[in-house]
Amino acid sequence: MAVEKMSIAKALNESLRLALDTDPKVLIMGEDVGKLGGVFRITDGLQKDFGEDRVIDTPLAESGIVGTAIGLALRGYRPIVEIQFDGFVFPAYDQIVTQLAKMHARALGKIKLPVVVRIPYGGGIGAVEHHSESPEALFAHVAGLKVVSPSNASDAYWMMQQAVQSDDPIIFFEPKRRYWDKGEVDTESIPGPLHKAVTVREGSDLTLVAYGPMVKVCLEAAAAAQEEGKSVEVLDLRSMSPIDFDAIQTSVEKTGRLVVVHEAPVFYGSGAEIAARITERSFYHLEAPVLRVGGYHVPYPPARLEDEYLPGLDRVLDAVDRSLAY
Amino acid sequence: MTVESTAAARKPRRASKRTSAAKKPQSSEPQLVQLLTPEGERVEHPDYSIDLSADELRGLYRDMVLTRRFDAEATALQRQGELGLWASLLGQEAAQIGSGRALRDDDYVFPTYREHGVAWCRGVDPTNLLGMFRGVNHGGWDPTTNNFHLYTIVIGSQTLHATGYAMGVAKDGADSAVIAYFGDGASSQGDVAESFTFSAVYNAPVVFFCQNNQWAISEPTERQTRVPLYQRAQGYGFPGVRVDGNDVLACLAVTRSALERARRGEGPTLVEAFTYRMGAHTTSDDPTKYRADDERAAWEAKDPILRLRTYLEKEKLADEAFFTGLETESETLGKRVREVVRAMPDPEPLSLFEHGYADGNSLVDEERAQFSAYQASFADSAEEGK
Ligand SMILES: Cc1ncc(C[n+]2csc(CCOP(=O)(O)OP(=O)(O)O)c2C)c(N)n1
Repeated sequence: MAVEKMSIAKALNESLRLALDTDPKVLIMGEDVGKLGGVFRITDGLQKDFGEDRVIDTPLAESGIVGTAIGLALRGYRPIVEIQFDGFVFPAYDQIVTQLAKMHARALGKIKLPVVVRIPYGGGIGAVEHHSESPEALFAHVAGLKVVSPSNASDAYWMMQQAVQSDDPIIFFEPKRRYWDKGEVDTESIPGPLHKAVTVREGSDLTLVAYGPMVKVCLEAAAAAQEEGKSVEVLDLRSMSPIDFDAIQTSVEKTGRLVVVHEAPVFYGSGAEIAARITERSFYHLEAPVLRVGGYHVPYPPARLEDEYLPGLDRVLDAVDRSLAY
Repeated sequence: MTVESTAAARKPRRASKRTSAAKKPQSSEPQLVQLLTPEGERVEHPDYSIDLSADELRGLYRDMVLTRRFDAEATALQRQGELGLWASLLGQEAAQIGSGRALRDDDYVFPTYREHGVAWCRGVDPTNLLGMFRGVNHGGWDPTTNNFHLYTIVIGSQTLHATGYAMGVAKDGADSAVIAYFGDGASSQGDVAESFTFSAVYNAPVVFFCQNNQWAISEPTERQTRVPLYQRAQGYGFPGVRVDGNDVLACLAVTRSALERARRGEGPTLVEAFTYRMGAHTTSDDPTKYRADDERAAWEAKDPILRLRTYLEKEKLADEAFFTGLETESETLGKRVREVVRAMPDPEPLSLFEHGYADGNSLVDEERAQFSAYQASFADSAEEGK
């Protein structure tokens, strides 16, 4: 056993290092990923050890970054590209949606696009605009892409390994405000599949489903609810596309209640998809309508208002109370 | 050709050779338009002569000094936790004041996020620039008051807006011009290339003002281009010119000439102001990770403010009273900025739901009502707890 305590940032760094070490076809590309090690230092030291040909500082052009990664993938490479912040993926959105997502199908499965697009996402760090968004639904809606987000160091490490090994394009959302949270990583144990949800807390009265940055908030909410005698189960979805509906269904059929929590706006968000499917699958097991907690239908607000916008402990507990009141 | 070199040429081309990053372009340093040397000597240029009164020269100096003072205050306020972030313009004062003072009131400016000196020239109250860096708003000024658009954080986007605005100016038959600011890093973005295409094709009255401060966060200009940036213009069919970005007179003269060209209906110009970002990219950046110490020292010798001061003193265009008066003025500005920022209130929570739509939106109304009720529930429980 090789268990080590490390931050999510460090776990990602170690995982990328392992990927570069294991497979000479793996490349890292992005703005400032070289000497600087990325603005969050996720690629710290990698260019020093693997060289400028494998850890590539790119011109400041997101469409260029993803578009050339597609070309490299067609040539047998496995690019991992870094988009500096969530709000800057949109110049590359065209390449991701119209090209990366669809090429495998258009070639009747004859070509593979093993590209990982890493995006630090979400709010809570007091940043200026375009640095705090949660655009995951915009990607999950597109067929051909897989969308995942770890919530802890162990998943950061292993999900990155699995993403790099996947032959499908993966949009890898990194919860930036959790980068510095530490957790144990067992670098030898074999993890479960990439797209399986994990029950991170058992409970019997209600199920909270979350992913990425909101898992921690939901765990805190469950602990607070426990003090009031409520037993809340927490599911870490880990993958927003595909979604492990079986795991949610199993949990909901045990607890009878479901609240989905994410930072992204509720309107047309992943919570809507989960609510609809679970209502179809488990209608007679539900004691209350599926509730959603998330952002509002407003542009992500300036930093001094983000605490109002982001779902915190109180808003999650409020939804738990509302659900239990049915 | 020697035997060895032929053999070498036939050798399988090694991956490292072929894929390794492009090194510095080998072209010789292109000519910079310069009217004031780093030593404070006035020089002439055949295409860009300029004749400024002592008053005007002192005015440019004052603009640069106050802009630098404002910038330093903002950096300090960030360090004190009053601002979440600051993008300093230290070293770029001449590029901004020179170009900014070339503009007419009816011209329209599309800045990126570092154009504090241009904002100053436009008459935008500098404290208005700080709201977005403090995190109380995403803009903080009405762009139409001073024809100074909102700061743009997504790299390069504003160059297309400038082009479209300029197309509108031309359609209206007006003779104002438009200026778009961006960095050397931004020159890699598709939007910037597209704005070059559109402005050339539609002969839009726009000046592209690229402040090449040598770095895009950690990436040097060579990571964006193999040719000097001003030469890009040629491929699009309009002129490009490189100016000493630390020479306020040259920046003024070159920008003025490009604006006049636009007004005459002769289309866009690309101005590359060759300058240097003396500080970090922003207060979150750590340039020691990627930049040699002596680089900054070399550029400090070209300081835009010092060289104008040398000239003013040497030519006896400003006396001691002017310089001490300016110091007092700087301190007053610094103090005002400090006070205004510290007094800036956090926005009201319900303001979250303002201005998302011009015509309103029923979904937003519903969410506002829910949010309001939720907020009120805390007030109620606080009451009960009494
Ligand atoms: C589309 C986009 N990608 C990435 C970023 C992050 N970013 C902010 S500033 C910057 C470097 C900009 O360099 P340059 O254009 O040379 O302007 P400078 O800040 O040096 O004046 C980067 C990569 C961004 N704001 N927008």
